[in-house]
Amino acid sequence: MENNKFVIAVYVDNQAGVLTRVTAMFTRRGFNIDALTVGETERPEYSRITIAMSGDEYVREQLINQLKKLYVVKKVEVLDDEPIKRELMLIKVMNKAEHRSDIMTAVDVFRASVIDYSTEGMCIEVTGSPSKIDAFVKLMQPFGILEMCRTGIVALDRGTTTLLNK
Amino acid sequence: MKLNGAQILIQTLIEQGVTDVFGYPGGQVINIYDALYEYKDKINHILTAHEQGASHAADGYSRATGKVGVCIATSGPGATNLVTGIATAMLDSIPMVAITGNVPCSLIGKDSFQEIDITGVTLPITKHNFFVNKIEDLADTIRKAFTIAKSGRPGPVLVDIPKDVQVGTYEYEPQPIVGKIPLPKVKDCLIDEAVAMLQEAKKPYIYVGGGAAGLCMGADIVALAEKIDAAIGCSFMGLSSVPQENEKFLGMQGMHGHFASSMAQNEADLILAVGVRFSDRATGNVSKFAKQSKIIQLDPDSAEVNKNVRVNLGIVGDVEDAFKRIAAKLTENKKPDWMARVKALKDEEKRISDEIAAAAKAPLTPKTVFDIINELKPAATITATDVGQHQMWAAQYSTFDRSRRFVSSGGLGTMGFGLGAAMGAYVATKDPVLLITGDGSFGMNLNELATAVTYKIPVVIVLMNNGVLGMVRQWQTLFFGKRYSNTVLARKTDFVALAKAFGAEGYLAETPIEFKRAFSEALEKSKEGKPVVIDVRIDKDELVLPMLPPGGAISDMITKV
Repeated sequence: MENNKFVIAVYVDNQAGVLTRVTAMFTRRGFNIDALTVGETERPEYSRITIAMSGDEYVREQLINQLKKLYVVKKVEVLDDEPIKRELMLIKVMNKAEHRSDIMTAVDVFRASVIDYSTEGMCIEVTGSPSKIDAFVKLMQPFGILEMCRTGIVALDRGTTTLLNK
Repeated sequence: MKLNGAQILIQTLIEQGVTDVFGYPGGQVINIYDALYEYKDKINHILTAHEQGASHAADGYSRATGKVGVCIATSGPGATNLVTGIATAMLDSIPMVAITGNVPCSLIGKDSFQEIDITGVTLPITKHNFFVNKIEDLADTIRKAFTIAKSGRPGPVLVDIPKDVQVGTYEYEPQPIVGKIPLPKVKDCLIDEAVAMLQEAKKPYIYVGGGAAGLCMGADIVALAEKIDAAIGCSFMGLSSVPQENEKFLGMQGMHGHFASSMAQNEADLILAVGVRFSDRATGNVSKFAKQSKIIQLDPDSAEVNKNVRVNLGIVGDVEDAFKRIAAKLTENKKPDWMARVKALKDEEKRISDEIAAAAKAPLTPKTVFDIINELKPAATITATDVGQHQMWAAQYSTFDRSRRFVSSGGLGTMGFGLGAAMGAYVATKDPVLLITGDGSFGMNLNELATAVTYKIPVVIVLMNNGVLGMVRQWQTLFFGKRYSNTVLARKTDFVALAKAFGAEGYLAETPIEFKRAFSEALEKSKEGKPVVIDVRIDKDELVLPMLPPGGAISDMITKV
């Protein structure tokens, strides 16, 4: 079976310890996740967990069914093939004079922004799809990446469908 | 009315129909025990020798009745001692509520005396757990725990209650007993699909598991099998759920299952699996398991469908209702050829088992022990076991005259489970209770003999003593070139004297005649409320056969050595 990337959105009770329950289940069942984000939603009683994963049909089916069994989980959906996916990255690169204009061009083209600047280095904020972020990282590599961190993706389906009315 | 937290807890347990709890007091549950003292005419507390015994007792209580078993332990070591019992219940889907005390909220997270994060510890081995940090939530949390424990696929729930919540006061209003969350009704189209598959099948096999046993579906299963001439087999957890005298019933399949049952499953063209999870011990090598057959799987838990074995039709929801609807839509369809084949397999099994019996070196074989037990044991006897060779012999040879009569740790395989579980089963039913154990398993939790004596729990303990850790030794015999690493016990324990020291009765049996006499006397003694230990000496080289080697296929079955 094919190993596909997919994104799962999960509504969980907004309580202490809920994330632990979800991640403990991943450990217990041997699932490996690519990225996970969690945050508040339009309903204060729920948090939304977005999980990016890769796996075959078996992994996907098991993951969803095991998630549904958790008492704190209210709703689980695999998002459509092409959901709106965004990720934010902060990346700190060396600011050498000979690279400065190349970096600034990249920042411009990727619609990123420089949020901290000194003569030794600069910190850039990039938002976009994970592949866009990957491309930006690749572009920065020759200039010397000092540090970077990515949020992991957040995702919503296109159109007016929502997780709770799906 | 305004009550303190401990009183609210006990009142809520009483409100939820709890009449017996098993536990052990300690610093952080002293208030709960004070409330138990107050309500002792309404709720019976059994003080075990060890918290682990309490957890197994709550489990046995549940297995024998279907009611939610309850155990109580203090914080820290009390709570961690419950862990094996909770995990045992989890793996066998047994409804249980475990209540632990904890240090006051102000001391949580400070590594206080006897503080442990028990909700963290039990996270992967409970269906759900709660830490109650506000007294306002206490009663409702207990009610939720009961709902979760018994709904859908049952399981254990732990509620951790810090001391300040036990001490605080709050308004308590009694509520009715919580029901189960109803399972979704299975769609008609799925029922029709199952009916069509069953109607077409030439060699159907109904595979009964713990899920069906928990619902006491035996009569429905037999009725369906009669209608379409299906063979019936069960998993280890499905034992005692189907009336054994039925000629279509072939017994347990799997690693140490009955030859006829495993073979029929391997020859069937359709397996109707009811509440089974296709454990590795049942299937052997899954890539070779029942390849010739289509599979319909009925289960309340959607995660079980296609988890271990790919099935052709998964039906998730109310299993009992779906099964009845399928049975009602089936038309009679007799299959003399398949029934003749089933009969032939049974004859072959008889031949193999006679061969095994003939090869025995000692007069008192495991089979003889069970022949005598089956002949003499009273009606409605519950058979509890520990884990090992004796457990598999009990599974192969024991007779059961009704459902919920076999109490044994299947999924976790917990040595030391038996005595506590047997006590729980007795407290729940007051029916005669046997414990089949081995010298290895019994050694793990024999301290509960003290409890059985104190509470006059007349369990008859048949200790199949071979001086070795027989099951591991069997693997060493078969797969490790007889390198008996640490499986020879060479202990000098005098079990008869030990039983007497605890205030129980003890017998030694080395021959069939001695065992028959001892067992008869034990049954008499048990009527006086006395637990009895019978030290039954069996040969250390006895093997559990047949055996499918781990990861093997049906063609690898070992029937003799």
